[in-house]
Amino acid sequence: MALLELERISAQYPGATTPVLADINLSLGPRQLLVALGPSGSGKTSLLNLIAGFVAPSGGRISLDGAPVQGPSAERGVVFQDDALLPWQDVLGNVAFGLELAGVPRAQREAKAREMLALVDLAGFGERRIWQLSGGQKQRVGLARALAADPRVLLMDEPFGALDAFTREQMQELLLQVWQRTAKPVFLITHDIEEAVFLATELVLLAPNPGRVVERLQLDFGQRYAAGESARAIKSDPRFIETREHVLARVFSQRQESA
Amino acid sequence: MSSIELPAAAKQAQRTPPVVKTRKPLSTRWISALTLAALLLVWWLVTAAGWIEPLFLPSPADILAKGWTLLTQGYMDASLWQHLGASLGRIGLALVAATLTAIPVGLAIGYNRVARGILDPLIEFYRPIPPLAYLPLIVIWCGIGELSKVLLIYLAIFAPIAIATATGVRTVDPAKLRAAQSLGATRAQLIRHVILPSALPDILTGIRIGLGVGWSTLVAAELIAATSGLGFMVQSAAQFLVTDVVVLGILLIALIAFALEMGLRALQRKLVPWHGQSH
Repeated sequence: MALLELERISAQYPGATTPVLADINLSLGPRQLLVALGPSGSGKTSLLNLIAGFVAPSGGRISLDGAPVQGPSAERGVVFQDDALLPWQDVLGNVAFGLELAGVPRAQREAKAREMLALVDLAGFGERRIWQLSGGQKQRVGLARALAADPRVLLMDEPFGALDAFTREQMQELLLQVWQRTAKPVFLITHDIEEAVFLATELVLLAPNPGRVVERLQLDFGQRYAAGESARAIKSDPRFIETREHVLARVFSQRQESA
Repeated sequence: MSSIELPAAAKQAQRTPPVVKTRKPLSTRWISALTLAALLLVWWLVTAAGWIEPLFLPSPADILAKGWTLLTQGYMDASLWQHLGASLGRIGLALVAATLTAIPVGLAIGYNRVARGILDPLIEFYRPIPPLAYLPLIVIWCGIGELSKVLLIYLAIFAPIAIATATGVRTVDPAKLRAAQSLGATRAQLIRHVILPSALPDILTGIRIGLGVGWSTLVAAELIAATSGLGFMVQSAAQFLVTDVVVLGILLIALIAFALEMGLRALQRKLVPWHGQSH
């Protein structure tokens, strides 16, 4: 049974001739990791903003547990590309922020925040200031902050896009561990093909003008990692390489069609 | 042969670590201090040598002595403390009133389209007018008492704080707002937890600018219409050609302005340590 459902979603900027997104149908079930992959202009950020409730669709229906999505809410936690942390709070304050907004007493919310920091391998970082953290650490705080508010689904907006290649690989593995342990359904957008193939249980490939789904793949590489296989072994598996090349070819064929 | 070469080699070895004179360049702070000291020295020199009449420029020692007399005996029926207190009281009152009103107004301008439409042109209209130009009108409306002086300074401080607050509110990172919204923040929580802290560095800069403008306005207003305060002291001393009091008053006015600026900078460092950090 799907938790998050998108039916015939379209979106258009006022005054634009071609829609940003046209006729998008997606569903996200429990324990799923849905990755939307696409080049810039394919509307993947718009798609995430629609689900988060930051903008409203011009057509179609988005529902969470059967209830229509209206505006942003703590049910849909978001991890942003540029961390969007609050520098006037320390790390612990940032992670506990959602609970503070909900009126949870200090001792209780700080205990929960420390638990989340431990989950993202940042135990002992609670008293650090935001500007003392590296890029990867900031993204982990962003992830802990979103998880601390205990959302129904986790939305991730190119969360590792600004990180260096080494940190990005570490973060992908960390995300899979966290996803496995919290059992939160995740919707992630990225333009990194290898990242998409490695993480996704379902991969949707988007193409631009207008933004639309051109391919859907059911994958299990992330689950294999979660089951204990090493990331390097998976990424050098011929099946992984074959899938990656297939997706790459699809992206390029779409480019040529639209060019 | 070796017995001849050895002392030569030893001599060479002795010479090899050449005494490099590493002179540390003077820090900017030291250069400023030296400039100040040089100016004081020149002042002392020209007055001690009698090149300038004390009527035009009294010696530093005379000024210090006069300062002591003013502290103990006062000037024009009021001690130096009373003049100082009068000036600081006026600017303090105006600053508190301006901060309490300008921050909400700036928030409204930055946050609400209708409020911006109403308030922005009003502030932009009166802000460029030199406060002394509308002082006569304020005196006609509110009399020559304390109220008109405090009101004048209040108006001078209000505009910079309101404009800085509005700028701070308008430049809040939209990603931070969205992050708070997706954590369940209400409108009031957004203002309290995201918008105000984000705008705080700008608000403090506005207060710094406002305080500078307010202080010069205050002294100018006291020069024109007052019976106490540092500006009044300087003005009335000038009428009787008591130059040492005039110079002392000017130095005090400068010192206080400097202290206010430094105090606010320290406050800024303490309250917004993230400002200027890449985060």
